[in-house]
Amino acid sequence: MSYNVNLSTIFMLQGINLECMRGDRTLFKNINFSLESGGLMQVRGPNGSGKTSLLRILCGLAPPIYGEILWDTNNIRSLGEKYRNAITYLGHLNGVKDDLTATENLYISSALAGVVITKNKVHEALQQVGLSGRESLPAKVLSQGQRRRITLARLLVCDTALWILDEPLTALDSSAIELLRNLLEQHLKQGGMVVMTTHQEITIAAIKIQQLQLT
Amino acid sequence: MFLWVIQRDLLLAMRRRFDILTTLFFFVIVVSLFPLGIGPEINILRTIAPGVVWVAALLASMLSLGRIFSNDYLDGTLEQMLISPQSLSLLVLGKALAHWLITGIPLILISPLLGIQYNLPLDAILILALSLLLGTPILSLIGAIGAALTLGLRGGGMLVSLLVLPLYIPVLVFGSGAVEASAVGLGAGAHLSLLGAFLLIALVITPWATASALRISME
Repeated sequence: MSYNVNLSTIFMLQGINLECMRGDRTLFKNINFSLESGGLMQVRGPNGSGKTSLLRILCGLAPPIYGEILWDTNNIRSLGEKYRNAITYLGHLNGVKDDLTATENLYISSALAGVVITKNKVHEALQQVGLSGRESLPAKVLSQGQRRRITLARLLVCDTALWILDEPLTALDSSAIELLRNLLEQHLKQGGMVVMTTHQEITIAAIKIQQLQLT
Repeated sequence: MFLWVIQRDLLLAMRRRFDILTTLFFFVIVVSLFPLGIGPEINILRTIAPGVVWVAALLASMLSLGRIFSNDYLDGTLEQMLISPQSLSLLVLGKALAHWLITGIPLILISPLLGIQYNLPLDAILILALSLLLGTPILSLIGAIGAALTLGLRGGGMLVSLLVLPLYIPVLVFGSGAVEASAVGLGAGAHLSLLGAFLLIALVITPWATASALRISME
């Protein structure tokens, strides 16, 4: 599987004085961080501390109450699709259609991300996430973990620089966690960036690891 | 991209053919209830036929509005659409047109049969089908705005009818007006032209409005 993340370009993601509110409760404020190519940021905090909200803000799905997010020193709001071209977001919800097969699901979600992939590549990616032989079953007969693997296959076929992963380990067994770890390490080694939340411990070999603690 | 969304939604609809059939049967049953309630008075039935068919078409289209976005919202595909590098307005236009292909086209195809049930003359039946052909895409386009605004709300189904039905009124007036005008010999041209104009305006404005509504609902 080849990656197209351009090694020569150094990307930078910065959050400046981010503040987020839910109702009239402040989830977090004065959050600052800066993430460079090859960097991994783990967002930690108890339930309800705003981890998912922070990731949604990073994706541009919701605006922060205060502060701004910069991608290569430009505000992501003004970058629009240029920024959206550079990210892959895996949220709580899988984005997997029950009525479609694994192949169709992967094909459709990557087309949505602007990548048209060949049948071979779909097949290869599904094989790599351990779904070979189940490609043509509708997703509704697959288990929770297997659906999650369809979502993981998206990481194999995308060529984005920044991966934003919300609890990627949920419902995964140890072999899938191992697969994800390899994927992340490879992505980071090639100059990609990862922002992820997780409750489980996962040790990832990377040079630049930072923790962001939300209270 | 645009064709791709239509293709995807049609594929999903084909996997759930039952949904298409329920909308169609609803339409047929509502239209068939009126003669039973009013009695077999041919002249009365012929006068009310265009209005009845059109009102039933509005209701049938409205009932299926929830499906435009709610499934994608529940399984997370909608989030992916919002952060997709593709134009959201174009995606939304594709989804609205797919909704029309799934719910509107079957209504148009079955409408001549219902026209016969009401003993409409042949040319009136043709104009009825033509007015539905021009009018039902407007219903899908306008309905998409309402569906986007009420996304994820409890009781969204009721709310969407309150939001959307008043906006359907012009389509109803000119749609059923076209058939009545041709019946009294005025010609349906003016009504149909106005419907066509509505359709063009809706094609331009509603995708943009729906996209904005989606961004607000998903925050």
